[in-house]
Amino acid sequence: MKSLQELEEIRNKTRESVYLRKDRAGIRVVVGMATCGIAAGARPVLLAFLEEIKKRNIKNVTVTQTGCIGVCRLEPMVEVYLPNQEKVTYVNMTPDKVSKIVSDHIVNGQPVMKYTIGVDGR
Amino acid sequence: MELYRSHVLVCEGTGCHCSGSADVIQKLKEELEKHQLENEIKIVSTGCFGLCEIGPIVIVYPEGAFYSGVKSDDVPEIVSEHLLKGRIVKRLLYHDHVTEAGIAKSLDEVEFYKKQMRVTLRNCGVINPEKIEEYIAFDGYRALGKVLTEMTPVEVVEIMKASGLRGRGGAGFPTGRKWEFAHNAPGDKKYVCCNADEGDPGAFMDRSILEGDPHSVLEAMAIAGYAIGADQGYIYVRAEYPIAVKRLTIAVAQARNLGLLGKNIFSTGFNFDIELRLGAGAFVCGEETALMSSIEGSRGEPRPRPPFPALKGVFGKPTLLNNVETYANIPQIILKGPEWFASIGTEKSKGTKVFALGGKINNTGLVEIAMGTTLREIVYDIGGGIPGGKKFKAAQTGGPSGGCISAENLDMPIDYDSLTEIGSMMGSGGLIVMDEDNCMVDIARFFLEFTVDESCGKCPPCRIGTKRMLEILERITQGKGKEGDLENLETLAKNIKASALCGLGQTAPNPVLSTLRYFRDEYNAHVYDKKCPAGVCHALLQYTIVKDLCTGCTLCARECPVGAISGERKQPFTIDQDKCIKCGVCFEKCRFNAIEKK
Repeated sequence: MKSLQELEEIRNKTRESVYLRKDRAGIRVVVGMATCGIAAGARPVLLAFLEEIKKRNIKNVTVTQTGCIGVCRLEPMVEVYLPNQEKVTYVNMTPDKVSKIVSDHIVNGQPVMKYTIGVDGR
Repeated sequence: MELYRSHVLVCEGTGCHCSGSADVIQKLKEELEKHQLENEIKIVSTGCFGLCEIGPIVIVYPEGAFYSGVKSDDVPEIVSEHLLKGRIVKRLLYHDHVTEAGIAKSLDEVEFYKKQMRVTLRNCGVINPEKIEEYIAFDGYRALGKVLTEMTPVEVVEIMKASGLRGRGGAGFPTGRKWEFAHNAPGDKKYVCCNADEGDPGAFMDRSILEGDPHSVLEAMAIAGYAIGADQGYIYVRAEYPIAVKRLTIAVAQARNLGLLGKNIFSTGFNFDIELRLGAGAFVCGEETALMSSIEGSRGEPRPRPPFPALKGVFGKPTLLNNVETYANIPQIILKGPEWFASIGTEKSKGTKVFALGGKINNTGLVEIAMGTTLREIVYDIGGGIPGGKKFKAAQTGGPSGGCISAENLDMPIDYDSLTEIGSMMGSGGLIVMDEDNCMVDIARFFLEFTVDESCGKCPPCRIGTKRMLEILERITQGKGKEGDLENLETLAKNIKASALCGLGQTAPNPVLSTLRYFRDEYNAHVYDKKCPAGVCHALLQYTIVKDLCTGCTLCARECPVGAISGERKQPFTIDQDKCIKCGVCFEKCRFNAIEKK
């Protein structure tokens, strides 16, 4: 080890990977993964979120799953929680929609209205 | 680096390892592959979570779901329900982890953890001890960096003194003063040693730290090396701790690889390296002078002090020797400041102490509490009380060098001085809880038997004196005690304390003295009435058949291995006391509670 910077680099790099095990107040992406969600194709959506978040090296996001959200006909469904904001529910999700949600909503805080339950779910 | 959405932490400490955590990990791997989840979910082997009683323990993040007693057969359900579908498997959650509404609560809300304060165990059960990067992610080696780049050795010693940290190995000597002695000792070659020869029966604090967070000890030893001017460290660890040895070996190799041990650390010109020395498990090698002689390759026997190790230690050079738990505190003290550390605990005992809870207690395991916590809080709030609702009789601290805390002192705040005052000692941190079914004479005999077994034999008071004491105690427990025995025990104890060569001999009579002090009635009952009130000492027991309850079923007579029970079918049976060997089989087998043990 040559310098403190070098230590700091390792620290910052690994911090993200252990971040899950600490108390978090970040962004949560929750994918409905009950039987209905899985049957409708929730797993590719979840994987796409992981891929996109990794690619953009975004910190403070946890991707997690939940059971049936209740509107099985609109599965796959994804809920995005930003700190201090109302949750946003996306419906009829496909992997293609993921990158827009990540860039607009998770990075810039602007929900993608056209994919939400309020618009697409009607 | 891969991004994982979930981390599954599996305890791989010795406790959980023994109850099958390796199988759980293997099964997890298989199941994750089966569901193609291996790139989304990470399995992390960690050190001890503390609740060894209910292992193997598995924690799933980000939810923080705390599963206990997980068998490999449970794994498919956890994977398909929780990891795939996000439905927590409630039946496997730790019972206190579930609210009445059936919802999992946060780990800090669990009684077992609520009253604890984890400083030295902060990383145990959080990081993977075999990955130095994870230790670094939780601020590891920053303290070493700070010390090397910003402080002089004298400043480091001053911080240690200001923190008020005292040796966690048992005696409680102020760590800062020890460092100062070693710093001031003249000599160009000095050594830093770590005492990981944890030998007290029932104690496993140091093992858990080494298994769960080995780098904290390495980092602290390097800091100590800088403070006293040493470039070589030795960790003396017992070979009976295979997992700890394995993780330490990995940790040293990784630290060397990153240049955190070796030459010119942080480009400051400071050199420090660490070697392991495996002990063969002799209790006496936990004594500092014996330990050092064992490091040198000689027979592990103590020598008189002075000269103290700070002046003449390993290979005759000035040596600093601290215990594992003491070291584990040090990086935190450097990072958070001595004032932070001194704000925890009582006036003369700062910081926290780890205890290995064992004996008659519900939550057998490892707990870390702030000094000054009462025994009642440890036993009842954290430990979950005594199984079967039995009555608390005493707690034994300090192992074979310590003594008993009786029920009258349950509410006394625990620190070094209060324990010494009541005739026990902090010791390394074994805490064995005893209930009404434990015989205190037998407990004293057990610990003395241990000391007699482990006495190195160098000095007569310990070699012969403890043996004589044990003979008297054995007589007493066999019902052959006679007038004057207790007085003889006291005289012997006093003389051994005053004349034994090393700390182990000097403290060996403590279990006897302390039980005599608080439970003299029990001794009297053994010696004069030939009775064991707790019903433990076989020779003093008598099994009799209660005529009114006996149905004459003949079961006991058939089970008795020596044919001591006779009688006529459907009539009350009797036990021939001359033939009876007091094995207790009849007592266990009788379906009518007709056998009385007194």
